[in-house]
Amino acid sequence: MRQRRIIPGVDPKLLIRDAARLMPDASRRGFLRGAASLGALTFLTGCDIIDGDTAEGVLRKVSEFNDGVQAAIFSRTKLAPTYPESAITRPFPFNGFYDEDDAPEVNGETYKLEVAGLVDNKKPWTLKELYALPEVSQVTRHICVEGWSAIGSWQGTPLSEFLQRVGADTRAKYVWFKCAEGYTNTIDMPTALHPQTQMTFKFANQILPRSYGFPMKIRIPTKLGFKNPKYVVAMEVTNTDKGGYWEDKGYNWFSGL
Amino acid sequence: MTAETITLSADATIHPRWVRVCHWVNALAILVMIGSGWQIYNASPLFGFTFPGSVTLGGWLAGALLWHFAAMWVLVINGVVYVTLGILTGRFRRKLLPIRPSEVVADVKAALTFKLAHDDLSHYNAVQKLLYSGVILAGVVIVLSGLSIWKPVQFQELTALFGGYDTARYVHFFAMAAIVGFLIVHVALALIVPRSLRAMVTGR
Repeated sequence: MRQRRIIPGVDPKLLIRDAARLMPDASRRGFLRGAASLGALTFLTGCDIIDGDTAEGVLRKVSEFNDGVQAAIFSRTKLAPTYPESAITRPFPFNGFYDEDDAPEVNGETYKLEVAGLVDNKKPWTLKELYALPEVSQVTRHICVEGWSAIGSWQGTPLSEFLQRVGADTRAKYVWFKCAEGYTNTIDMPTALHPQTQMTFKFANQILPRSYGFPMKIRIPTKLGFKNPKYVVAMEVTNTDKGGYWEDKGYNWFSGL
Repeated sequence: MTAETITLSADATIHPRWVRVCHWVNALAILVMIGSGWQIYNASPLFGFTFPGSVTLGGWLAGALLWHFAAMWVLVINGVVYVTLGILTGRFRRKLLPIRPSEVVADVKAALTFKLAHDDLSHYNAVQKLLYSGVILAGVVIVLSGLSIWKPVQFQELTALFGGYDTARYVHFFAMAAIVGFLIVHVALALIVPRSLRAMVTGR
């Protein structure tokens, strides 16, 4: 089940700027209309040989098929390669659908992580409580959907450990994340339970700075960067795929590495 | 006279049906892969240039990725069929081997002085043997380097073989450049010798 959602709390100004930056023509209805009717095929044949809607439908179906293939390839035990501290990319790049200056500022004093859905304990978590959770560390490669990569150092608690603590039904299919700026993300449960999937509170042993997702990022070294949400304010264990900010725009849903 | 030449003189088929089908399926798939690949490249260029939008496919990164990861199935499945049949039928061995450096040098000289004969399309000269073998090899490299970029965690051993994720991107790019270079020569020669184009359509 794929659901499209209007994301509450998204700054329309940011969305428009983002769209203007990335979309070939924001007035086009389908994200692929331009894709299917322009470009190399037209260039070579001199005519519009593929109907936009048909092409978009087929491509979406193949992308969903690719989700299944990636889920099958995904190993619950295979770890992403780790690197020595000396390999860390400095400065680690800021990345978001907005400029660094527009990154959300979350108040750590009043912050509470909401936990919803198929869990026993829905009590919100303060930052102090979250910081008291057992800490693990990883130095792994962040790979962006654009192709570039950077090695970073992240500290926090395994998401699987947290899901266990709140009594999550780990037979559920998905974990959904909501972020302070309205960004959303859904991941599959096997990835949520992967040993390296981390609720991250620190970068390079320092409290996460605003640009890297203060107060909490979900670090998933087995997925592309955009599946690593920052400024996370809520999570939900669910059997409904609620999609996500980029996934709904056409990026592959699973986006596994 | 070998069995091969007897068959050829009997019905004059230069390219069996499977070669022609695989060739044109591959042609379409590789064009989609190159066009969408260039658009993907533009999102994070490896060098100081980008590809003009008029020759890319996908409109923007997400569209290009969808095309790329759809056409890859066509490219790979068709490629596996082609290479398997090429080996099993003995066509690769007959047509592409052996490649002797001395003959390559002689044929390059002949080609540059416009003295290279094209009388028998069923027989490949040494330059053709080298280029066709080379582009098949580039095809293998581009698929494997592509896999190592797509799945650098699940297939991390393969990625390591290519020198890691970042290096694998360069390998993927240069394999593309090799294929595009081949395509330019290949298409130009097919147009100069139209009989060869007809042979790849009708078989004769």
